[in-house]
Amino acid sequence: MVAATTARRGRPGRLTASTVLIGLTVLTLLVLAPFLVVALNAVKAPAEYAANGPLSLPGELYLRGIVDFWFRVDFGEKLWNSFLISATVAVGAVVISVLNAYAIGIGRMRGRLAFLMFFLLANLLPQEALVYPLYYLSKQVGLYNSRIAVIIIFTAIQAAFGTYLLSSVFRDFPRQLLEAAAMDGAGKWRVLWKVVVPTSWPTLSVLFTFFFIWTWNEFFLPLIFLISNDKQTVPVALGVLQGDRMMDATTTSASALLGIVPAVLFFLIFQRTLTRGVLAGAVK
Amino acid sequence: MAKPLTRPHPRTRAGASARKADYGYVAFLLPGIVLFLAVIVVPLLMNIGISFTRWSGVGTPEWIGFDNYDRLLHDTNFWISFRNIGFIILAMAVLPTLLGLFLAAVLFDYVAKRIGPRTASVFRSGLYLPQVLPVAVTGIVWGWILHPSYGALNSILDRVGLGALAQNWLGDPAYALLSVMAVMVWFQLGYPVVMFMAGLQRVDPELYEAADLDGAGWFQRFTRIAVHQIRPEIYVVLVTTTIAALKIFGQIFVLTRGGPGNATLVPSYFAYQNFFEKADAGYGSAIATVLTAIIVVLTYLFLRIQTRDERLEGS
Repeated sequence: MVAATTARRGRPGRLTASTVLIGLTVLTLLVLAPFLVVALNAVKAPAEYAANGPLSLPGELYLRGIVDFWFRVDFGEKLWNSFLISATVAVGAVVISVLNAYAIGIGRMRGRLAFLMFFLLANLLPQEALVYPLYYLSKQVGLYNSRIAVIIIFTAIQAAFGTYLLSSVFRDFPRQLLEAAAMDGAGKWRVLWKVVVPTSWPTLSVLFTFFFIWTWNEFFLPLIFLISNDKQTVPVALGVLQGDRMMDATTTSASALLGIVPAVLFFLIFQRTLTRGVLAGAVK
Repeated sequence: MAKPLTRPHPRTRAGASARKADYGYVAFLLPGIVLFLAVIVVPLLMNIGISFTRWSGVGTPEWIGFDNYDRLLHDTNFWISFRNIGFIILAMAVLPTLLGLFLAAVLFDYVAKRIGPRTASVFRSGLYLPQVLPVAVTGIVWGWILHPSYGALNSILDRVGLGALAQNWLGDPAYALLSVMAVMVWFQLGYPVVMFMAGLQRVDPELYEAADLDGAGWFQRFTRIAVHQIRPEIYVVLVTTTIAALKIFGQIFVLTRGGPGNATLVPSYFAYQNFFEKADAGYGSAIATVLTAIIVVLTYLFLRIQTRDERLEGS
């Protein structure tokens, strides 16, 4: 047995290495294939698609599909709506999370564990369990079909997660720093803004990034709450168009590409922050 | 995108180190409390309340006790939606975790060490990319690829002479659920790979050396040491993905709308139909309440298992 394994490890042969590499490359290409097929056909003339199918390289760069689709749905407006909602939610949710976590984690509120369970559950709840009352209430107060309603709702949902995470982080906040500031006569507000927030800036920026992207990607609640065209977000606008009679193969890939590009851009811009955040969640 | 999940900090080591609660901090909680009451607590309670009524959304709800729940138990669609969610959990939680374990081990243990860490991280990023897409966009991408008449898959099959294999992937009850499952594996795979590769970095190399001395093979080393050491990550991945599967809505809405028939019906879409298409808010609320109860119980069990596990490790 020992001999056998040693022998196997003894020849880490080119064969194994290249088999592993080929296998992984094929798998990764399969995972990336939908992206490639979409990109390929988003810049292809419909006639060419009809003649040569989805795998042919486009003979010329045909951007009409993308441009037409952009103007048909007023994509710029959808991007702005998505950006406005996501950015406001991210800022609001980080602020609320910091305030909550300051009281729970640093102020060591009593019943902390119960609070944490509540926040965790609030974030994990299916939105279906909130949607109808929220729909009804927002109609009562005249906020239905408004971006403000979506912003308020997601600020609460994201802040639930942020509070849960930040409270644990703040518990380990160096007490000396707090005590030193208190000695200098700083009140609780000053300690929060001058000591706690600057020190935990990296964590807060990770949270901000997550909140922004999660909100950008949301579909269910924006679908319910943003019914008029000029208020829809990118995912909602694309989602409701799916299956529309005017959507042929190349228009559909053009629309898909327009949905993919911002997401991939965020991914590239925030990759470092994101990876750090995903890891922080696991290792802690 | 899947969410990371950390566990709450274990209770303070009793007495001495715990400070006296300071009520001066309550003010900081006020905005949060108001917001959570308005957006989460009150609507959640209202939803439970509505589930005991017959209500179309206008007028006065009529109290009917447990009738909606009784109706659920006898509703084939309800049971089918949960059977379907079982398959979705298989596709979103179980398969990605198993595949992810294997891929993470190969990438971390073999590719990173023998070929180079950069190569490993390129593969990792490639596998993770679907995770960054909005769910609605994954739906559009696959809705087109799998479309029976102008979809890319059938057209490719045709061109390579396998036209006989072409199917109405999303429109045929025999294939719709399988197609959705395949899409979900594609979507979800990168998350466990990233999480497990991070976890594997914590494994003490000495454990591996000890195992080598004992003559353990690669597979034994993997199952006995690596899998054991990254158990926290495995829990987190299984629970977050299972909960995400239970809540799945966007992909179903865009890909199949629960159809054909009820072949891909899931609880959240079933609730949506009752709320907004059939104006049966009471029944929709009952479905949502059941789904919530399942998720709460699952989360509770998970935290229990996790803390018990930590205690065992600690002793």
